Amino acid sequence: MPTMFAETARSKEGRTAGVWTRLLRRPLALIGLAVIIVVVGAAALAPWIVPYDPHEQFFEGLTIEGAPLPPNSQFWLGTDLVGRDLLSRLIYGARTSLVIGVVANGIAVVIGSLVGIAAGYFRGWVDTVLMRFTDLMMAFPALLLAIVLAAIFTPSLWIVAMVIAMVNWVQIARVVYTETRSIAERDFVTAERAMGAGAGRILFRHILPHLLSTIIVWATLGIATTVLLEATLSFLGIGVQPPIPSWGNIIFENQTYFTSAPWLVFIPGAAILALALAFNLVGDALRDVLDPTQQGRH
Amino acid sequence: MTSSLLSVKELTVQVATPTGPKVVVERLSFDLLPGRTLCLAGESGSGKSMTALSLMQLLPKPMARIAGGSATLDGENILALPEARMRRIRGRKMGMIFQEPMTSLNPVMTVGNQLIGAITAHGNTSGRRAARARAVELLDQVQIPEPERRLGQYPHELSGGLRQRIVIAMALAQNPRILIADEPTTALDVTVQAQILALIRKLQADHGISVIMITHDMGVVAEMADEVLVMKNGRTVEHAISRELFAHPQDAYTKELLSAVPRLGEMAGTEAPKRAVGKAVETRSAPGAEQPMLQVENLTVRFDIKGGILQRPVKRLHAVEGISFSVRRGETLSLVGESGCGKSTTGKALLNLVPWAGEIRVDGRSTRGLRGSTMRPILRDVQMVFQDPYASLDPRMRVGDLVAEPLLIHGLASGGELRDRVEYLFKRVGLSPEQMKRYPHEFSGGQRQRICIARALSLSPKLIVADESVAALDVSIQAQVLDLLQDIQDETGVSYLFISHDMAVVEQISHRVAVMYMGRFVEMGTRRQIFENPQHPYTKKLMAAVPVADPGRSRRDFVPKAEDLPSPVRALDYAPSFSPPSDLGGGHLVWDG
Repeated sequence: MPTMFAETARSKEGRTAGVWTRLLRRPLALIGLAVIIVVVGAAALAPWIVPYDPHEQFFEGLTIEGAPLPPNSQFWLGTDLVGRDLLSRLIYGARTSLVIGVVANGIAVVIGSLVGIAAGYFRGWVDTVLMRFTDLMMAFPALLLAIVLAAIFTPSLWIVAMVIAMVNWVQIARVVYTETRSIAERDFVTAERAMGAGAGRILFRHILPHLLSTIIVWATLGIATTVLLEATLSFLGIGVQPPIPSWGNIIFENQTYFTSAPWLVFIPGAAILALALAFNLVGDALRDVLDPTQQGRH
Repeated sequence: MTSSLLSVKELTVQVATPTGPKVVVERLSFDLLPGRTLCLAGESGSGKSMTALSLMQLLPKPMARIAGGSATLDGENILALPEARMRRIRGRKMGMIFQEPMTSLNPVMTVGNQLIGAITAHGNTSGRRAARARAVELLDQVQIPEPERRLGQYPHELSGGLRQRIVIAMALAQNPRILIADEPTTALDVTVQAQILALIRKLQADHGISVIMITHDMGVVAEMADEVLVMKNGRTVEHAISRELFAHPQDAYTKELLSAVPRLGEMAGTEAPKRAVGKAVETRSAPGAEQPMLQVENLTVRFDIKGGILQRPVKRLHAVEGISFSVRRGETLSLVGESGCGKSTTGKALLNLVPWAGEIRVDGRSTRGLRGSTMRPILRDVQMVFQDPYASLDPRMRVGDLVAEPLLIHGLASGGELRDRVEYLFKRVGLSPEQMKRYPHEFSGGQRQRICIARALSLSPKLIVADESVAALDVSIQAQVLDLLQDIQDETGVSYLFISHDMAVVEQISHRVAVMYMGRFVEMGTRRQIFENPQHPYTKKLMAAVPVADPGRSRRDFVPKAEDLPSPVRALDYAPSFSPPSDLGGGHLVWDG
């Protein structure tokens, strides 16, 4: 008898409090939000807070044998294989990775959701055209596609972001398509049609809110995927061009030193993980807060 | 006096809620005698299902727990047994049947494997061949034709009635002495319900099983019970021998419950619906004076069933096959029939929600081929109230916005006027305007259906299609909603197309009735013609199957073998043949076949 709980579940203040207040009441969401603010802040203020120039190769940044330095009092996070300060590179890299993880991923989410919703709701030829195209994109190896696109356009941060968006929207389109189809079959959508509601109203006022939880989950998962895809592209030489740092290309540049200097891989790896996790926590909380039937439950 | 088989004393069940524990069953006591049937009767939320689940120790843990009391079976308190011991009680001593036969069977296992699983669940090691033979024997006991063939079938290949028989067979696999049946017929059609109830009675007589039957339907109680325990909000309000309870109910709630049950035939000799003033139709329906609100001619709805690699149509579902009817202003026409007869599809066709052929005229305007904005003016006049008030309201919108939505879509009001209008609608359907800011899940089923009615009313339609609109509600709530519908009709002269499977409800609300079977009408006439002089065998069968809340009425002891429903799915080249109805006078039409 789940309704019984739902009916008693909502507290008085739960009803009046805004989305923000309710979001901030969740400790995990707060942690996630804090991490995001730190990363965004670091990226925005990079020129003023970095201890060193991220491109400068320090003579004292390498051992006599030419190996990178582990974290120490001068270089807090150590140095990379050519003696550059890892912390400075990480801070500048946050700019690249945020653009990729938020902008590229965001565009992918928007395109994928629109394609999925349209195909799932309208069915018929719209469905056939959109979904066969999606299948085609899916069948095409993403990396190959990215390489082709990156070869046509000269790689720059924004071009790389577009390329990543172009290959990443397909999975979201597929998932949103399936969900839309099942929601469109539900009685309340039929009820909307029965009272004369147009497609726009049904899609954006009634179906989209129900897709939010799915979309948010995919969007947060996508952050880690896109950051890593950018790293892969950088590794292949068609991503963000060195010496501009990104979290992904820091890992790939230094991976040959993995056994002797594991921090060079672990630290940027941890940064990617923390950012993805933070978006995940916030996304999760946001999903619950936006669902009126979930209020009062955690 | 025989000694009791199961003795429940002071059973108390608690459920954890964010606001603290809530008692859902309070100090419930009863004795179940061997070979007898005890009915736990009550409306939703009365704690009857929780009682059944606690006896089986199947409460949803950790939210719900047994807070006190005992249940003694063979000298053991089964509420206190550890899980390993309890497993031996379940199935062997107590079997259970649930409401929904589709969800209580595993869809990816054959019926045979599930039955054999139930037979061998307790280490019965007599071998697979013996288990299979026992499975066939069980299917035969529950009157399933061709038991050998059924073993290889999957649940989706069987009708609801057959599925429920299989669930019963599984519950009986270990020869339990007690059968707990939780609303076993609620999800079934009336004719199938009658068969299942008769089957349970037969099994009980053959094997001497005691039955604990949980139901909200006082008709089912009257058919089945030796003893009745009426529950409300977790408490026992009355506990009596069945005959006495129906003859002399003591508690006010029991009386209310019994009086809320619509009784088939109680309206005999009257012309108008139960509460309606009856003038609206009389005065306005001077023959030929006015065009009907709704005219349907030769309506046909067929769905292609696609298959093969190319997704070409391979078969065709004949959902509605050439029906014609009209609804006058201020009149209620009921479409009655069992699931799959095409009655809901007919309702949807009226709002152009499914593709159809034939002719539909709303207030003289043809709706053929209208879509989107061209259909919108028609939808101002025709609105629909759906069956399930839980499913037909968008759970993410505030109910005030939901009621305002049709007015916004049709551009009929905005700003303060919109607010006033919505407030008026809330009051009109018996809700308080303060509730406008809430979400649908905060309302009970009856309140939600009122919200759906308010939504439909917002456009001041001339015809409301009510598709099983009270079927999901408790009887007392059902009566209130029916009253509301009739009040609105008296006040506004709206016409209803009332779609229902429930003959007793139809008798109360209709001016005219059409009986549907397999996509066709078999009989149509005024309420009196249909209920007092039914002609078609199917109409008679439907009426005979309705459980009557009178234990003195002789029980039907025949147990017909389950039959497969005839299927409306036909080959592509199938051309239906029509025979014109014979007119018995006064608009009473009967079709052959």
